[in-house]
Amino acid sequence: MTPSFENRRLRRRKMEERIFRALMAASMLVVIGCLILIVGTIIWKGLPAMKLSMITQTPKGGYYLGKEGGILNAIIGSLYLASGATVLAILFSLPVVLYINVYAKKRSRLASLTRFSLDVLWGVPSIVYGAFGFIIMIFFGLRASLLAGILAVALLEFPIMSRAADEVIRMVPRELLEASYSLGATRLETALKVVVRQCLPGLLTAVLIAFGRGIGDAASVLFTAGFTDRIPTSLFQPAATLPLAIFFQLGTPFPEVQQRAYASAAILTVLILIISLVARGLGKRYTRHIIK
Amino acid sequence: MRISRDRLARRTMLVLTCVPAFLVLLILVGLFVRARPILAEKPFFSLLFSSAWSPLKGDFGLFPFIMGTLWVTFVSLVLAVPVSLLSAVYLSEYAPRSIREFTKPIIDLLAGLPSVIYGVWGVLLIVPLVGRIIAPFFGVTSSGYTILAGGIVLAIMILPTIISVSLEVFSSIPYPMREASLSLGATKWETVRHVVLKKGLQGIIAAIVLGLSRAFGETMAVLMVVGNIPRLPRSIFDGGYPLPALIANNYGEMMSVPLYDAALMLAAGVLLLVVLFFNVLARVILVRVERRAA
Repeated sequence: MTPSFENRRLRRRKMEERIFRALMAASMLVVIGCLILIVGTIIWKGLPAMKLSMITQTPKGGYYLGKEGGILNAIIGSLYLASGATVLAILFSLPVVLYINVYAKKRSRLASLTRFSLDVLWGVPSIVYGAFGFIIMIFFGLRASLLAGILAVALLEFPIMSRAADEVIRMVPRELLEASYSLGATRLETALKVVVRQCLPGLLTAVLIAFGRGIGDAASVLFTAGFTDRIPTSLFQPAATLPLAIFFQLGTPFPEVQQRAYASAAILTVLILIISLVARGLGKRYTRHIIK
Repeated sequence: MRISRDRLARRTMLVLTCVPAFLVLLILVGLFVRARPILAEKPFFSLLFSSAWSPLKGDFGLFPFIMGTLWVTFVSLVLAVPVSLLSAVYLSEYAPRSIREFTKPIIDLLAGLPSVIYGVWGVLLIVPLVGRIIAPFFGVTSSGYTILAGGIVLAIMILPTIISVSLEVFSSIPYPMREASLSLGATKWETVRHVVLKKGLQGIIAAIVLGLSRAFGETMAVLMVVGNIPRLPRSIFDGGYPLPALIANNYGEMMSVPLYDAALMLAAGVLLLVVLFFNVLARVILVRVERRAA
């Protein structure tokens, strides 16, 4: 090989390196740009239509034709729904996660099967949870109501919360459990007083992630929660939700109402941003009880 | 006393731990039981491959919807895979720590935005973009509510999934392997291509399959931008009508037309079957990758 040939090859290889670096930088910009573009567009379009009455009033007669009112019913409905579903999901996912991490043996079949199923459930589309929630609802003779919505959303949140919590609890050092056992604690006491306390910030983050997902999901509540202009006062009344309110307002042919859809979307986006900021913050603070 | 309480807790938790595995089956069984009335009337495959859709006449051919889903998913994968793989390679191989820390919340946030928000954004930006700029550029007139618009919105939605799974895969590749390649005089990109991408290939496939199954089941965002025309799409500038959108759009009337609810539950069941297949496939691959790394 002559030196010039060698040089040319080297130059070509360096060129390739540079081209791919540029492509990667461009991809990264696309990813970051997308988020900025989405949040930016929503806020920019939503702000002009934002009025205080949007978040302090329920829809008055003819709201969807452009008359007075707000979407307080949907905001409250979403908060009720997501809170109820989150509580229900905690009740199911905490025991599961504690069991596979504290009680199950190191290489337990059950634990890996459970993790696997949770992963699979995590991938089930929310519309399927909605359809399944609808089946349960019919099965128990319920009508579209807050309760049915809570059930469907809890199903959706359960795998998200469990997987996130599992990631955290898995990190608890084995020695910490053994120290607790050697002091005479039972596994239950160890699970609740040592593991949960040790992982509290991480668990709260998991809960908030699930809550955020629950509050933003539309497809699962479409069949189950119904829609109403009033704020629900019992579990058996239908409840409006923010994502559906956005969807319905956008679907009307009136520009004023569509403007309100943008404003509602801005409200939901800000809500999600706050939740994820708090979740992130919690991960860093509240580490008082943690033994490193 | 304490021991008996422990035992009681152990049993309850054990029972609850079996819930996830059963839930998967329960949902599948539930959907197909509800779909039985229509399956009793027509064979499964003729429903899947018939294009006749007129509920009032009792025709429930799901084929246009299945094709709609496939088209949208395909477009989104074509757009999302290169971008997300390049980003993942950059984040895992090139980026300094500070950039990695900076982008993680961004990717998480992108994953956490509700699909309705994506939908509204799609209506505001992507639909006009397709209708006024991209379609005329190719000499097509279009309202913008097209397969392409759905694909673009979906592509952005599945970016975080593919990126974060690939990042995990790349981080499981032992560092000395890269050093060996670099010490032989390979450039950084050559190392990526011959070591990281080659070693991580299975994991990358799993990441893409997970993205695919996410795209397959996504409902609201696609529904809002894709046009919802129950016809076989012929190009990406046609409107489409994916399966999830079909289910979501017709929940109101499904109880009043005979067999309609059964047809929609069948659609949900088919959707679930496909998603389960892809998910199980991806997870099996990932478990194998993880085991090899450990």
